[in-house]
Amino acid sequence: MFDGYTASELVSILAMQGFAGLILFSVFLLMALGLAIIFGQMGVINMAHGEFMILGAYMTYLTSTITAEYFPGLFAGYFFVAMLVAFITAGALGLLMEWALIRHLYKRPLDTLLATWGVSLILQQTYRSVFGAREVGVSLPDWMMGALPLSDTIEVPINGLFVMALTLVISGIVFLLMFRSSWGLQVRAVTQNRVMAGAAGINGRRVDAMTFALGCGIAGVAGSAFTMIGSTGPTSGQLYIVDTFLVVVFGGAQSLLGTIASALTISQSQSTLEFFLSGSMAKVFTLLVVVLILLIRPQGLFVLKVRKA
Amino acid sequence: MTSVGALAGLAGAAHAAPPTAEVNTTGLAVTDTEVTVGILHSVTGTMAISETGSVQAEKLAIAQINASGGILGRQIKVVQEDGASDWPTFAEKARKLLVSDKTAAVFGCWTSASRKAVLPVFEKENGLLYYPTFYEGLEESPNVFYTGQEATQQILAGIDWVMKEKGAKSFYLLGSDYIWPRTSNKIARKHIEMNGAKVLGEEYFALGHTQFNSAINKIKLRKPDVIYAIIVGGSNVAFYKQLKAAGVDLSKQTLLTISVTEDEVLGIGGENIAGAYASMKYFQSLDNPNNTAFVAAFKEMWGKDIVIGDVTQAAYLGPWLWKAAVEKAGSFDVDKVRAASPDIELTTAPEGYVKIHPNHHLWSKTRIGLAKPDGQFEVLYETAELMEPDPFPKGYQ
Repeated sequence: MFDGYTASELVSILAMQGFAGLILFSVFLLMALGLAIIFGQMGVINMAHGEFMILGAYMTYLTSTITAEYFPGLFAGYFFVAMLVAFITAGALGLLMEWALIRHLYKRPLDTLLATWGVSLILQQTYRSVFGAREVGVSLPDWMMGALPLSDTIEVPINGLFVMALTLVISGIVFLLMFRSSWGLQVRAVTQNRVMAGAAGINGRRVDAMTFALGCGIAGVAGSAFTMIGSTGPTSGQLYIVDTFLVVVFGGAQSLLGTIASALTISQSQSTLEFFLSGSMAKVFTLLVVVLILLIRPQGLFVLKVRKA
Repeated sequence: MTSVGALAGLAGAAHAAPPTAEVNTTGLAVTDTEVTVGILHSVTGTMAISETGSVQAEKLAIAQINASGGILGRQIKVVQEDGASDWPTFAEKARKLLVSDKTAAVFGCWTSASRKAVLPVFEKENGLLYYPTFYEGLEESPNVFYTGQEATQQILAGIDWVMKEKGAKSFYLLGSDYIWPRTSNKIARKHIEMNGAKVLGEEYFALGHTQFNSAINKIKLRKPDVIYAIIVGGSNVAFYKQLKAAGVDLSKQTLLTISVTEDEVLGIGGENIAGAYASMKYFQSLDNPNNTAFVAAFKEMWGKDIVIGDVTQAAYLGPWLWKAAVEKAGSFDVDKVRAASPDIELTTAPEGYVKIHPNHHLWSKTRIGLAKPDGQFEVLYETAELMEPDPFPKGYQ
């Protein structure tokens, strides 16, 4: 297994695989955060999550095209504008979907699965009509490409670092919102006991709408970030959705902390295994591990005690 | 007045064309003025991205044939069906095209899975399929003509070229995890080892995989002379972007692919793949009069920003090869068209010149293209002779 590697090479392997695992962790967390908020706090299974990510990716594509065309001088910074645009459009679309569809289905969680799946198909077809069936190329400013050399053999990709930083910022904001703001208190109150929360004067409807929009908006930002590493086509969202659900379910659906722990576990085992096995075998083993742990802990890694109303 | 004129024109065409009873004895959908063919591709679902180009090319060829007077004096009418990226649907639609529509020929399929699904239908109903994708080989059917390259044609010349031009002694093989990359890599590995070079690693990723950091780390450590990549579809975008982000400079590190055409480069972005080499039979930038006319006509019909990849060109050959065989046979009957097909040549092919082999594949040249930042390939090399198709290569399986 370690044949043909010198000691210093092994150190490099461990370091670089560690970084690869951390980047994968950030990617997983970024994908899963929006889904976990919606699923965990509201019990809605949003099958259209991948399409909301791709909406963010298309917004990034549009922003980059427009910037390159009309403001070429500002190209180096367009990505930050694109993320904002992605957040706003995906959030607005989420708000619309919640108002038109989801709010009628809160008492029927399995129906939300079907309804959002329908929405995902509609969105895919819309993307195909608007942007064409082929994938679009999103060009990145030069400073985002390339690697940062740490030593002769250890290099870290800059866009990986960017995704890591972005994940840190977004997780921080979500944490502050959920656990340090009065709005977060309202969200948690509604989750734990809707009737009591209503009695205490919390407008459950508005909390629901805002939570849903936030989750979708984060999906948009994630999609924007993924244009650096993934493809942008009408059906690309499908590539991410299974991994995303895996992370959320494994973490324990109601717990944001669980989502973080789950993303870390899955990414590190995937990345470590990938070095010694081939890519698809590593995935098989990771899934096996997840299934085994779920057999022992059906609720996922972290369980939050919830009093059902 | 106009109706009289139209009638006269109709009568004139019918007069020029041989009577239907002569050219169609097996009950195909052929009238005195029209012949019906099928187009069977996915225009929805995950494969729509790839198959759209094939549909466009086939429609262009048919429009051009109709404009130049049709086949045996008959205009071609198209019935298009959607395989919807779903193999049972492909089989069902193939049956519909052959049994209900009685089409004289069908142009279609893209993935090997869809071809395998329709194969029994075409053999049972004695239909005619023109299949455009480069593929793994290991197949030969009396009812199918393969207008793309089989694996040995595409692979051997490319590996020979990097060994000679780049002095390559070691390779790292990467691929998506399904039959085409695995079979192709088996042939590649055999050829590499027979020529005294080494394979330092071989790895497969699930379709749609987007995290290649670990694979790239391994490549950086093992330092192969050539990265040999057969990753398909959207995963390519992730792979090339991460390769560039990891600091792998394709102007110093040789990368050879057989799965990236101009279509995929659109998604990858030319600047991310510039410097890579691709081995296939057609590039949009090919400099010959046939291709210049083809590219111009394609852009006129489908838009100026469109790009044309290897498979799109192979799809374009289908209707023209069928026309040549029908005219040589003097009949639309499938058995006669098949019998007339071997040694049919197409001197007007955009890729230059092709000829049908008795094993139903095409003799073709293999070319090496260098990816440029503008998303096009610069053709650096082509085999001197047409390569013989060898779908069941001895010693390579």
